[in-house]
Amino acid sequence: MSTPGPRRETPSSFEEASETMRSATAGRQSVRIRGGGTKLSWGRPSGPLGIELCTEQLDQIVEHNEGDLTAVLQAGLPLARLQEALAEADQMVALDPPLGDGDGATIGGVVATGDTGPLRHRYGAPRDLILGITVVLSDGTIARAGGKVIKNVAGYDLAKLFSGSFGTLGLIVGVVMRLHPRPSETMTVVGASNHPHALGQAASAVAHSPFGPTCLDLWWAEGQGDVLARFGGAAPEAAAKEVAKLMEAAGLETRLVADDGALWARQRARQRSPDGAVVRVSGLATELASVVRSAAEVGASLVGRAGLGLAWLTLAEGDSSEVVSGIEELRRRLHPFPCVVLDVPQAVRETLDVWGGAQAVSLMRRVKARFDPHGVCNPGIFVGGI
Amino acid sequence: MIDAGLIERLQTISGHEHVLTDEHELRTYESDGLRHYRSPPGVAVLPGSAEEVREIVRACHDAKVPWVARGAGTGLSGGAIPVEDGVLVVLTRLKRILEVDLDNQRVVVEPCVTNAAISKAVGPTHFYPPDPSSQVVSTIGGNVAENAGGLHCFKYGFTTNYVTGLEIVLSDGEVVTLGGKELDHPGFDLVGVFVGSEGTLGVATKITLRVIPQAEAHKTIVGYFDSIERAGQAVTDVVGAGIVPSAIEIMDKLTIRATESWTHAGYPLDVGAALIVELDGSEAECEARLGDVMAIYERNGTTGTRVARDEDERALIWKARKAAFAAMGYLSPYYYVQDSVIPRTRLAEVLEQVDDLSKEYGFKVANVFHAGDGNLHPLVCFDARNPGELERAEELAGRIVVACVEAGGSITGEHGVGLDKKHLMTEMFSEQDLSAFQRLRCAFDPDQLANPGKVMPAPRLCGEVPGPYRKHPLEQAGLVERF
Repeated sequence: MSTPGPRRETPSSFEEASETMRSATAGRQSVRIRGGGTKLSWGRPSGPLGIELCTEQLDQIVEHNEGDLTAVLQAGLPLARLQEALAEADQMVALDPPLGDGDGATIGGVVATGDTGPLRHRYGAPRDLILGITVVLSDGTIARAGGKVIKNVAGYDLAKLFSGSFGTLGLIVGVVMRLHPRPSETMTVVGASNHPHALGQAASAVAHSPFGPTCLDLWWAEGQGDVLARFGGAAPEAAAKEVAKLMEAAGLETRLVADDGALWARQRARQRSPDGAVVRVSGLATELASVVRSAAEVGASLVGRAGLGLAWLTLAEGDSSEVVSGIEELRRRLHPFPCVVLDVPQAVRETLDVWGGAQAVSLMRRVKARFDPHGVCNPGIFVGGI
Repeated sequence: MIDAGLIERLQTISGHEHVLTDEHELRTYESDGLRHYRSPPGVAVLPGSAEEVREIVRACHDAKVPWVARGAGTGLSGGAIPVEDGVLVVLTRLKRILEVDLDNQRVVVEPCVTNAAISKAVGPTHFYPPDPSSQVVSTIGGNVAENAGGLHCFKYGFTTNYVTGLEIVLSDGEVVTLGGKELDHPGFDLVGVFVGSEGTLGVATKITLRVIPQAEAHKTIVGYFDSIERAGQAVTDVVGAGIVPSAIEIMDKLTIRATESWTHAGYPLDVGAALIVELDGSEAECEARLGDVMAIYERNGTTGTRVARDEDERALIWKARKAAFAAMGYLSPYYYVQDSVIPRTRLAEVLEQVDDLSKEYGFKVANVFHAGDGNLHPLVCFDARNPGELERAEELAGRIVVACVEAGGSITGEHGVGLDKKHLMTEMFSEQDLSAFQRLRCAFDPDQLANPGKVMPAPRLCGEVPGPYRKHPLEQAGLVERF
């Protein structure tokens, strides 16, 4: 006999969301927060859940302030729908994480998980682009922090606190995001090599060059790799050609791609694996080649932000024990770099700590205790069992 | 009065010569860049190491005495004003650059390294983008506390976008490491939370910063206009054309007069406003955009333009802008700087309101601002020697801030709330918002010993989580009430 699943709640206003949270807390029912449901399995497995609180009815673009390059959004708005609307004004929110099943990822979910894509190189993470936030805390408090302007230091930066907090401090119901102009033209240089060292050298040369790519990525699988540098603006070709020379000097074979949309879509998709295991490594740019070699040793493919030292390693599919030992081997080789397991089969998730340890856990627990004293919001899924 | 036992303990920690108790010595530290607030500390201590900072904070915790950390004291919101009968922790001896890791674009520093020293340490190939006008003096520790901005934020962002790691001392003396050289450490983004917390969550003893490569080319283009409104429209057109300049600054006629009398940078004195747009990027990109910017200047009726021919001329153009606050002394014996922000598109109407308020109060208001960010710095000129003028100048400045908030803006873009604007917090935030802020404060500093009396509009207590209720010492003394 199966136990009944959590009760679904779909508030259509901040006040309704507040009432749902308040009553859940009063009844000591755990709340799982759900946006597009594309990253629902990330984090540790949660305990029994009373309520699944879905943001699907909070999906409005409240304001698009074209001249100010800002947008006020409800959290359940799908990122793809937002980008489509902004594109009409030749603008974008400079976030391009993989969008998951049915392009379902919402702006609130992307902020809550801190997920990023290739544009991170130039524009940063959700924490760097969020200007303001509205949250509902477990006692029903509706609190706002930040503002609607691109520069503001009034009050504590709760927008950053909630970015990447995986819903463990409360429900994000609204965000204000900074927008950027969509580049009028783009061009990508792709440099290929089968030597991790050469790829690392080329990526470093580009990262330190004065040409300022918008994206700088690495790709490695089955003994072959690429460095990809994308340029955007009024005249991307000149910089792309200069950067091609830098890559050639490092021994890479280069080509220029003008129609580069599909190439970058593929790069983004490589950060997810529906059936395999993805480990995000927070490394350093200088260690890129050694991270590639470690990936090769355990039979993983790798997509990375070459200038930032971040990499997503996808392990080959296998039985649970093979995957677990592959992850443990990676963590051993890459120590002390944080290695966070994102996508992974449920059996594996129950065997190892996907977060792999963290700093300042006792301080984080104190933050959790102040914002969610009864431990109602997404209980247990975060670092240290927060 | 500070307890003699605490002073003795501070002397043991940092040495007699680094503990100041003499009234004349303490006067040095009675105020920061906001000169009209003054309050000498009970005692000032100048630690020589991070370990000493930890021990000092622990000693304050044991004695339940509040403390304030201070860097160079250039802050403009009174954030480093000491607490009477409290300890002032002066960090100026912690000024070592600990590591320059250019390969990974990181620099690790102690808190009192100056902002300008970072760019110098990694130049000319790289630079550290946040560049407050006080950068020659102001320290990274203070920049972190205030989330300092500067002239190049429009494209490059603020201090918070460049701090990747911190070592902090919490107010119970615990040392905590947050982040590092790597990005995306698992857990809450407590680095992001600490930056801009104005010294109320603890004190940073080690800071890891990201630096970035210098662009291939810069183009600095000044346009002169009859009015601020025309200059403002040119800004809107530049941004609307999809151009992302690294800096967009406007100075009005009064500001130009003040700054020219000091820097002689060659700005004409008869124009209504000067607009400085700086482009950076590849040579080809800058060339392509230069024409676009010039065309926009023309379309908005520019009365003249100036393009920096070399690095020296570029530096001169910026010297004039960065000297704007300091040069105001040429116009007025006293001035009061505001730091409010508006959505850029509301510039013209808000400036009209500022003009009306200036006439109503009979004070000159000079305008200099980060036009790209909508961050205004109205400078209210007054003479404090005349009775009542300071109060009226503050009132005028406060009304300007309220007008900005009503236009959808903020009470502060980069100077911080501190003492100066805490009474304006309720213009922007509701009681529920403030209660959420308080939760964060209490998680870090339940006794509220770190820089008390700043940021939040009224004192409030933390309460216990979890556990039985006990009266706070301040509550027992009848100094504060529980909310």
